[in-house]
Amino acid sequence: MDNKNAAVKMRNISKSFGTVKANDKIWLDIYRGEILALLGENGSGKTTLMNMLSGIYFPDEGEIFIDDKEVVIRSPKDALNLGIGMIHQHFKLVDVLTATENIILGLEGKGKLDLKSAAKKIREICDAYGFDVDPDQHIYEMSVSQKQTVEIVKVLYRGADILILDEPTAVLTPQETDKLFAVLRNMRDAGKAIVIITHKMHEVEDLSDRVAVLRHGQFIGDMPTKDTNAQEMTNMMVGHAVELNIDRPDPVDPKPRVEVKNLTVRSIDGIVKLDDVSFTANSGEILGIAGISGCGQKELLEAIAGLQPTESGSISYIKDDGSREELLGKDPLSIADLGVVLSFVPEDRLGMGLVANMDLGDNMMLRSFRKGKSVFTDRKSPRKLAENVVDELDVVTPGISTPVRRLSGGNVQKVLVGREIASAPTVLLTAYAVRGLDINSSYTIYDLINRQKQKGVAVIYVGEDLDVLLELCDRILVLCGGKVSGIVPGRGAKKREVGMMMTKLGGEKADE
Amino acid sequence: MNNNSKEPLFHIVKRGTLPWYKAWGIRLLAVVIALIVCAIVTMTVTGENPIQVYATMIDSSFGSERKVWILAQNTAMLLGVSLAVTPAFRMKFWNIGGEGQILAGCLAAAACMICLADTVPNGLLIVISAVASIIAGAIWGGIPAFFKAKWNTNETLFTLMMNYVATQLVAFFVIIWEVPKGAGQIGIINQSTQIGWLPQIGGNKYMLNVIIILVLTVAVYIYLNYSKHGYELSVVGESERTARYVGIKVEKVIIRTMLLSGAICGIVGFLLVSGTDHTLSTSLSGGRGFTAVMISWLAKFNPIIMIFASMLLAFLDKGASAISTNFGLNHSFSDILTGIILFFIIGCEFFISYKLSFRKSAGKEAAENV
Repeated sequence: MDNKNAAVKMRNISKSFGTVKANDKIWLDIYRGEILALLGENGSGKTTLMNMLSGIYFPDEGEIFIDDKEVVIRSPKDALNLGIGMIHQHFKLVDVLTATENIILGLEGKGKLDLKSAAKKIREICDAYGFDVDPDQHIYEMSVSQKQTVEIVKVLYRGADILILDEPTAVLTPQETDKLFAVLRNMRDAGKAIVIITHKMHEVEDLSDRVAVLRHGQFIGDMPTKDTNAQEMTNMMVGHAVELNIDRPDPVDPKPRVEVKNLTVRSIDGIVKLDDVSFTANSGEILGIAGISGCGQKELLEAIAGLQPTESGSISYIKDDGSREELLGKDPLSIADLGVVLSFVPEDRLGMGLVANMDLGDNMMLRSFRKGKSVFTDRKSPRKLAENVVDELDVVTPGISTPVRRLSGGNVQKVLVGREIASAPTVLLTAYAVRGLDINSSYTIYDLINRQKQKGVAVIYVGEDLDVLLELCDRILVLCGGKVSGIVPGRGAKKREVGMMMTKLGGEKADE
Repeated sequence: MNNNSKEPLFHIVKRGTLPWYKAWGIRLLAVVIALIVCAIVTMTVTGENPIQVYATMIDSSFGSERKVWILAQNTAMLLGVSLAVTPAFRMKFWNIGGEGQILAGCLAAAACMICLADTVPNGLLIVISAVASIIAGAIWGGIPAFFKAKWNTNETLFTLMMNYVATQLVAFFVIIWEVPKGAGQIGIINQSTQIGWLPQIGGNKYMLNVIIILVLTVAVYIYLNYSKHGYELSVVGESERTARYVGIKVEKVIIRTMLLSGAICGIVGFLLVSGTDHTLSTSLSGGRGFTAVMISWLAKFNPIIMIFASMLLAFLDKGASAISTNFGLNHSFSDILTGIILFFIIGCEFFISYKLSFRKSAGKEAAENV
């Protein structure tokens, strides 16, 4: 059936977790000299399939052929011996070691450890494909994109010629993404087989040669990228036609709601995380916050929510009648006692927003359990709220007694957002609300946020996908190294411009 | 294709949730296998008839009414300490200081009985010593919690050290109060007057203890599962960040929970001194503070299941010493049997969460080759 030989053929691959069939008789071919984009919604089995190829899981059924020879992959080591290397979403590097030390870590070699020749070999790999890595640099000094590069070089060093990248661009700026893509194209041209898992359609169109679509653990189809378009691919992933434009209703009667003035925050180690940040968030408006990861977004939201010790400045909440309440230095409980209903969808959903091991009902209770004078908790109303959220937001779950850790990423986020907006907030803070979510879930979340905006809520939306920020937000505040690089109107802003502001302070600060 | 021979013989697969009867079936099977293994070990190592050994074990706990009551008392005391450490463990606070907290309670009760014997009415004395024990236990639990909350000290080491401090304190007071002088022990406190002794109900020495602990079991169950405090401590245990995010004061919850944990240990100490033993010694807690940790985990922090887990351990302990005396075996041998049984009971939890998926083609291929 193939006119050229596939590097990898996966045949009839099945894998179940408990009663969930993550992969159901999947056929997939991967060719050398080609970039394959593996598409699918959350829980459609992309990562599971790739984990079986890289030796992390063992398939329940099916065969894998590498260069037409049947192989059995029992461990990541087997996979590497076959030339398969996977770059995971979460980096697996030792911070205190250098790039070289990380790259050769775990390799068996005879005789003396020869870091010099290893570094030389690493430099050769870097030159060949255009990587920008200093082999002697320590990991803790590196940016996210540099760490990712180290991960890629690591698998290349081990002789991989089939590379799998699981959502590599989720943590990168547009400029870094361009750089990564250039390197990937170089590798393709050198005859390597590359598989990239991503949710971002424009990246698929930009980079890949062929796409393969999974849905609910089944293989739906594959085709050359040039013969298809974002709309068709999305429809295949979702199973029905989807509207791809993000709505941006006009702001509803915007009035200042939260005023942040000269806010400075230091981390426990004394590093300045936010430096003299000032801005105003209006009601009935979405204020987007853009920036490279780790440049103060998290601290900013947590400072407003009362979770982050601050050094100086002020955060005022402005009520409808114009009176002000100072939020700085208060904890979440005393902020709530002021009558300020502030909802916060944090970045770390299971580690902060929810309790992974508790069921939906108990998680709904997190916000409401203090209500009433009784020493006992009211379990009925949270369960009812959980049922409502499941119904209204189409949460896929066996029931409300299921621990949230068993839900897929999108459903976890729906539960969290559902709970946070159930308290009818006046301020809604969201951090990476759609990270790791598939298209359908993402649009549900955008829709929920838009509805809050139309209700007059002041929404602060920290995002990483600039395309989305530009389409969704009324104004965008760009952070760069903890400082305000500028505030631009969302309508008509240019992606390049915002990208530049993220990496270089692009505007004069107002109050200097 | 001889390539297939490279496929692993089996691989581990995570199960979905098992229905309760299957899970208990696996546990029952584990006990049966454990008994069989114990039987084989007994026969090969000692040459004794395993059926007789088991019969002796059962007889040692259920042979007479008195034996049953002793089992009930041992179970109740173990259960009491398990109940005490459970709120802490639900909060992921490693309270291995049960020993010290019990001894603190014992010491307080004994002190009241000795020092206040002739100054207050008996009824009041009992109340005072109960309250004193509870406070002493709570203080002993509260100190490590305070340091944990304020400076994030390691609670495992801290509670462990508090055990030694409590043991030494008791040893010190035993010398002060020793009767007669130079005996190095206290003997029965107020033996003639029985001042400060808990009254017997139903004509049985252990009845009151058992009832108090059962009431406590229900109370702890309700506290953990239905109260706001219980909810807060579960959230803190699962994720401190989530707790702070919803405005739970983590430090307060840690201290409050450990005060409770210590207080229940204090009650156990009080029951040991005023209820049954009427004396004070460093060995009064008898390692229960540590055994309780195992019971608590074995029962997955469920107070109701803890009743059975405590009974199992009390039974094994009693049976182990019975066979070592009856068959003239070394006490270590009975510990080996206890170890085997616990190994299977704890180990079977693995098979409840996971299953082994064997190579499918192995059997077929073998058949073809023949």
